[in-house]
Amino acid sequence: MLRQSWWKILCIVLLLITFIAGFLGNVPAKPILNETIRNLYFHVSMWFCMMIFFTVSLVYSIKFLRSNKMVHDWYALAFAQSGIMFGVLGLLTGMIWAGYTWGKPWSNDPKQIGAAIALLIYFAYLVLRNSLTDDMRKAKTSAVYNVFAYAMLFPTIWIIPRMVESLHPGGMGNPALNTDDIDGRMRMIFWPAAIPGWTLLGIWITTLRIRLKMLEEHKLNTQSR
Amino acid sequence: MSKFITLLVFTFLTVLLYAQDGPKNEPVQMADFMRSNGKIYVVVAVVVTILVGLFVYLVSVDRKISKLEKGSKV
Repeated sequence: MLRQSWWKILCIVLLLITFIAGFLGNVPAKPILNETIRNLYFHVSMWFCMMIFFTVSLVYSIKFLRSNKMVHDWYALAFAQSGIMFGVLGLLTGMIWAGYTWGKPWSNDPKQIGAAIALLIYFAYLVLRNSLTDDMRKAKTSAVYNVFAYAMLFPTIWIIPRMVESLHPGGMGNPALNTDDIDGRMRMIFWPAAIPGWTLLGIWITTLRIRLKMLEEHKLNTQSR
Repeated sequence: MSKFITLLVFTFLTVLLYAQDGPKNEPVQMADFMRSNGKIYVVVAVVVTILVGLFVYLVSVDRKISKLEKGSKV
């Protein structure tokens, strides 16, 4: 999987479909949103990817705690880094979008604040890792922290935004999108092309990081021998 | 397996059925002008160029790492 190429080609094809059909396809005409509804393929995908990568990171952290194999820690770190990257992009694109539809980029909306808190918690994961020098200790502490960081995603992203009023679509229900706003034409691009396309791109970048880390460790081991 | 594929195909076929938008009092402004002029294709061309450029870059990084891996036999 790590070094196969079929899914990389799939990723390129899906993202090309997303970008071409995303701009040229027909979308429902909505007041205020106008053409910005197309941001669904890009902004919303970022958050889906972030959740997927944080989940994978959690799985590898638990795997590490069970096996104590360093390679699982590298996987957990790389996926958390990619998740943070996509989360930051989601927040930034959300701010640009909000600037034109809600009037200002940051309106202290509960969903914005929740997402920002969740990201800060994950930033702390990276800071925690860098503050420890012993590799095994670093891996263990950060794996435990990662489990708690993931648990914090639930109140900040899934629960609180559902309980309070918000400008963001999907007001009191689904925190990400109002399914009535999009129609079949958009769903045909969003679910089969945009989400898997962006996810595969993230996985691709993550595997590159993991492979680099493995090379680094290999080099260190051969030098010390 | 083929059952699963059929299921998947029909899942996405059904979402193609969408109701007409309700009665509208005033037309919502969309970028129809840009599309009628054909200039939206300019934007698509720019975005796709950037995307392809990024892919080429990513593939080249991938290849470089593969070469290093071959050299050190990880």
